[in-house]
Formats: sequence, structure tokens, C-alpha cells
Amino acid sequence: MSEATNDNLISGATGDWEVVLGLEVHAQVLSEAKLFSGAATEYGAEPNTQVSLVDAAMPGMLPVINWKCVEQAVRTGLGLKAQINNYSVFDRKNYFYPDLPQGYQISQFLQPIVGEGEIIIDLEDGSTKTVGIERLHLEQDAGKSVHDQHPDLSFVDLNRSGVALMEIVSRPDMRSSAEAQAYVKKLRAILRYLGTCDGNMEQGSMRADVNVSVRKQGDPLGTRCEIKNVNSIRFIGQAIEHEARRQIAIIEDGGSIDQETRLFDPKNGETRSMRSKEEAHDYRYFPDPDLLPLTFSQDFVDEIAATLPELPDTKKARFMSDYGLSAYDAGILVAEAESAAYFEEAAKGRDAKTVANMVIGSLFAGLNKAGLNIVDSPVTPENLGALVDLLSDDTISSRIAKDVFEMMFEEGPDQGKSPSAIVEEKGLKQVTDTGAIEAAVDEVLAANPDKVAQAKEKPKMAGWFVGQVMQSTGGKANPQSVNKLVLQKLGIEE
Amino acid sequence: MSVDDKTVHRIARLARIAVPEEEISSLGTELNAILGFIEQLSEVNTDDILPMTAVVETEIKRREDAVTDGGYVKDITANAPASDDDYFAVPKVVE
Repeated sequence: MSEATNDNLISGATGDWEVVLGLEVHAQVLSEAKLFSGAATEYGAEPNTQVSLVDAAMPGMLPVINWKCVEQAVRTGLGLKAQINNYSVFDRKNYFYPDLPQGYQISQFLQPIVGEGEIIIDLEDGSTKTVGIERLHLEQDAGKSVHDQHPDLSFVDLNRSGVALMEIVSRPDMRSSAEAQAYVKKLRAILRYLGTCDGNMEQGSMRADVNVSVRKQGDPLGTRCEIKNVNSIRFIGQAIEHEARRQIAIIEDGGSIDQETRLFDPKNGETRSMRSKEEAHDYRYFPDPDLLPLTFSQDFVDEIAATLPELPDTKKARFMSDYGLSAYDAGILVAEAESAAYFEEAAKGRDAKTVANMVIGSLFAGLNKAGLNIVDSPVTPENLGALVDLLSDDTISSRIAKDVFEMMFEEGPDQGKSPSAIVEEKGLKQVTDTGAIEAAVDEVLAANPDKVAQAKEKPKMAGWFVGQVMQSTGGKANPQSVNKLVLQKLGIEE
Repeated sequence: MSVDDKTVHRIARLARIAVPEEEISSLGTELNAILGFIEQLSEVNTDDILPMTAVVETEIKRREDAVTDGGYVKDITANAPASDDDYFAVPKVVE
């Protein structure tokens, strides 16, 4: 790819540095049972209650693959426009750790189920960039170690042991922490649209290993460090910023970077070496003799392809062409499948731009403040749409619309009050009767002769009168009419 | 390929097997003999030959996505040298 421009260089003592980033994201497959056993995958169960003899690696137990997990991997591969491999192989990745009872993780090494694909990421300035996907493979998750329950012991819970993960590996195509964050956001959106991973980073169902290296622009790739298991989008940004500056400082001091695994510590925002993992890097992969190659027909792939939903990029393009939304607004609305559905429901047969503004402005702000998800929105899409209708036919002013929205938000859907009922009940209808507005304007002018004199000198003062009239009419006067009348009466040219 | 003492140490460590120092060199000799035996296989030309994964034509066995197992925490931890509160208890491992 072209390396011509990069606006995201980090300046050091010896000039500007380019950060090169590649991500390995572990996404937990949405399935009832584990990858190779019939134990449950549900989050938050009591320790070791969702463990079969297979997951505990009891002697003589054999893995049998959960076909749903294969479908989910293929589905994800199709969503990433990737090559699907009808023949792939499970390997053993050997390492020793207390939360890995088998002593190896069943993974895929040389022949993964999904090959090269791509993700188009959406950047802050509304532009997009294509990031290559190198591969996606299926593997088992390990158990969980708890270190803070006992002074000398670690406690191990195997509930997560054997849960299916998709490891999704990007090409080193990202050049800033913002791009890496946009990549994870977009990947998460695609997985959620597909229904193959819930993308819940707080519960660990999505986590990222971030590969960071730095170089002078145009130079070959520098030595990389891998920051393991970063579990939030914000931490991904912090970890990259810290790690890039750490590497630049070492190189500029005449040192060199050791290729190593590092941990991000959210408490101080720094990364530190994880030396114990170094020797374990000799994984001695070999094909798992307990499992035949993973094979399926092209028909199986085609059947899954036929059930793919409309994905974020297609939806965004449709929102822009069908509803006339800006790339930025469309991008915000399609980031979550639920937001997009809410918008479309509310926009049915109405001015879509006004609906989009109200969803992105009032609704998202309200939900954010209340800590609510859009599916739990106190304002239904029907009522939000009805409110836009009242605004469009000039029944209420935009200022009143904000108030009515807040009332609907406070009351919640159980009260079931439509916006027109609220407007009726509280007498919030916009005053469009010119006579009434004129009277209100006259009253304000008469009460402030000194300001009238000033306004004739300084036409900008007119805004103050408009504000006063709006206040005296309780916000119900049509602001455009008020503005017009005030200017007229002050003798100011429009 | 020749296995020296250093490699024997490394393999033993990766496999978490304690090997007494006096056995290192004889183990190296044994491993070299095994590797020599395996190396004979490379005399056969296997270009364009797919690996044989089973002696009869068969496909990977599949299971449905249904919860059919688990829910016996006492059995799971029964053989553990130490357990506490239904967790396995192991010497402290902190990164």
C-alpha cells in the first residue's frame, strides 16, 4: 500500500516517527455450548460449574466439534469479505500454565478456516481506510486465574476453558492509535451485526493483542512488541501511545527494541515486560491427532452467505443515498445495529434529517446521561417520529420540541403519552398568530426604550429582543416570526 | 540434527519434567537415535502427496450446539491436590 502520507507522526528528538500497528483480536463465538464439549458458555456462573470432563482435560476424553461454532466462523469470514477455506486443520499449541489443563490449546496454525479479507474503518474526519485481514482461526479459550483471594495461592476457574474463540489477525496496516481504535470499533460492529460475538469487552468476550513498532517514514518495519489482552478501546489507545513513545525514547538513546510480550497496566497507563512468557514462546505446534481436518462443502458456505444481514458499510451507504444523511451522521447511526433500526423506524415517512438530528442529538445525549442502551430507550421510535411531525408542521417550535422530548424521556414509555398529548396538555402549541406575537413584541419594546435606542445603532442587539419575546411567550412563539417582527419594528434591514 | 545437552535441558523444561543432571547426556544420545530413525522418512519423496489423516475415508465428527454436560463441580475438583471454594488452588502465579 502507499506510504505517501501520514498525518499521525509522533515527533521525537531526531525527527518524526511513524507508528505501525497490527491487531490480533480474540472474539468469543456466540454459542450455547463450548467448541469441543457440551458444557455451557454463559457468563458469570459459579466457579467450575460449566466444566465437562473434556474441558478439565481428564485422561481419555476426546474433543467433538460444535458445528455452530464452525458456522459462526464462516459467517464472520463472509462478513469480512474473506476467503473461506473448506479444508482447515486444528493444531496443538503447547504451553504450560495453571489455567490450561490440557497443557496445550487447540488452535489452528498453518491452515486456518478463514484467509485474507478486509475491514473498512471510519475515521473521525469522515474519511475511510481499508485495513487488511490476514486470517481468522478457531481456538479454545483458557480458564481464568484469580489472584486476590488468598495470600499464597491462585484460584483457577475452568468455566471459560474450551469456550470457542475466533482469533482475527489484521495486517500491520494501521498508523495511529485512532486508527487502531476505529478498527476495533468497526470489527465489533460487524461481529454484532452478524450475531457471531456480543463484542462485550467488559466481560472479556472481545480482547486485543496489539503489535506496536516504530520507524522513520519510508524505512523498513521496526522490531515490534506485542501488548497482550487489552480489554477496552480506551486502553488500546493509551497502550499504543505509551508503547510508541517508549520505543522512540529507547531508539533515540542509541538502544534497540527487544521483541517481547508486554502487559498494559491501566492504573498508570504504562506497558511493562512480561518476561515469564518468553520461554513459553516455543509453542511446538503440531496437528491435533484427536481431530480430523475441518471440512465442509461450498453449499454449506453458500447457505450461510444467503442469510447475511445488511452490514454497516452497506447500511451507511444506503442511509446516505436514501435518506440524504451526511457520512458522519450515517456512520454514527449504523455503528450499532439497534440504533440504525431505531432511526429507520422513527424516520418512516418523515424528514429523515430532522429525525437523525433528534436521534443523534437529544436521544443519544439522554441515553448517555441516563446510562441506558437504545433498546431500553424511554422514548419509542414512534413517539420520536411523532414529535418530529409536530416540529415539521410548525405545531411547536424547536425549542419546545427539546422540552417535550425531555418530558417524554422522563416519563418513559410506560406512561405512553404521545408528544401531541403532552403539547395539548401543557399548552405548548406554537403561537403563529401574528397579532399575538406582535403584541408581545410591542410590549417588550415599550418596556425597554433605552435598549431600543441602542439597537438602532447596533443591529446585533436585535437578538436580545427576540430572546425576551421568546421568554415572555414561554418559548411558544415562532422564532422566525418574532425575529422578523423585531427587525421590522426596530427599522433594521434584514 | 543433533541434540546437545543444552537442548535436552530445554526440552525437559518445556515439558516440565525434572531430569537429573547425570541422565542428561544419555537422554541426548537416545533422542538423537530416535531423530535419526525419523530422518530416514525424509528419504521418501512426498512432493504432491497430501497428508493422510485417516486410514478410511471419514469426516470430522460434529456435535449440536446444545448444553449437554457440566454441572458437577465436585467431580471436577475431586482429584485436585488442593481446592478451595470450588476453585482449583495452585501456587501463586502473578504476572
